[in-house]
Amino acid sequence: MSEAKLDPIDRAIVVATQDGLPLVDKPYHDVARQVGVSPDEVMSRMERMLAEGIIRRMGVVPNHYALGYKFNGMTVWDVADEDIAEAGRRVGELDFVSHCYHRPRHLPDWPYSLFAMIHAKEKAGADALVERVAEVLGDLSRGHMVLFSSRILKKTGLRL
Amino acid sequence: MDDIDRAIINTLQGGFPICDRPFDAVAETLGLTGTQLRTRIGKLKADGIISRFGPMWHAERMGGELTLSAMKVPPERFDEVAGIVNAFPEVAHNYAREHALNMWFVVATEKPGRKAEVLAEIETMTGITVHDMPKIQEFYVGLRFEA
Repeated sequence: MSEAKLDPIDRAIVVATQDGLPLVDKPYHDVARQVGVSPDEVMSRMERMLAEGIIRRMGVVPNHYALGYKFNGMTVWDVADEDIAEAGRRVGELDFVSHCYHRPRHLPDWPYSLFAMIHAKEKAGADALVERVAEVLGDLSRGHMVLFSSRILKKTGLRL
Repeated sequence: MDDIDRAIINTLQGGFPICDRPFDAVAETLGLTGTQLRTRIGKLKADGIISRFGPMWHAERMGGELTLSAMKVPPERFDEVAGIVNAFPEVAHNYAREHALNMWFVVATEKPGRKAEVLAEIETMTGITVHDMPKIQEFYVGLRFEA
């Protein structure tokens, strides 16, 4: 994990773009005016931050509900600590999994340590995806659950 | 949403160029002018079909902190607690989920240490335990959807 910190100009670029890129002919020039540096400076800094992963991705983030993905399941799996790397590798390779993380248990309420998000337009499709994850995990999973989201309460993304 | 909108969503989830005239640079591959592309992106955003357009910032790589937290909220207090949680600018997403732990939210903070403060403030204000589930390891993040 890189520990790159932002200098004041980087930070100003984040603030200028956290609501999105301006929809103008030359958006980076617009950001440059807000930040008070040259357009080339903004573009080279954003290229650098993209390369360093400070920007995960540039572009469109769809609202999956609006695209018809109504079944968004957080699948959670109880995997022994010694098996987690192998389990994560197997699940991370599945092309329909959008995120896969190892997170801490909260015993006794919460024994699950591997989280994988799946998305489907129909319940049957979601169930089939969960079954595929169960298959690739096999005996590495000692139990699982699927938590479907019933409502988006907030979705704003990062704010400085 | 028509086929061109779908193509915009499918293509631009994979990336967007950093150059003087980025809309012009990608519009041609979509059979559009830069102006038409901007208009369509603006409409998709206004209609809520895309939730963001631009850079997706990574809090941890910026030196900040990010965590997933869960709470067991009594149903009769759900809206009240959601209001308290959502009022924190550090709460980036919040989802209701079908489980005894029924409220799941992401806290993203710029400064290390602020995450713990936010979670403690939420516990104090709601009187409900917040289960902190920070990422120990990331195996995959590749959020893409076929439109």
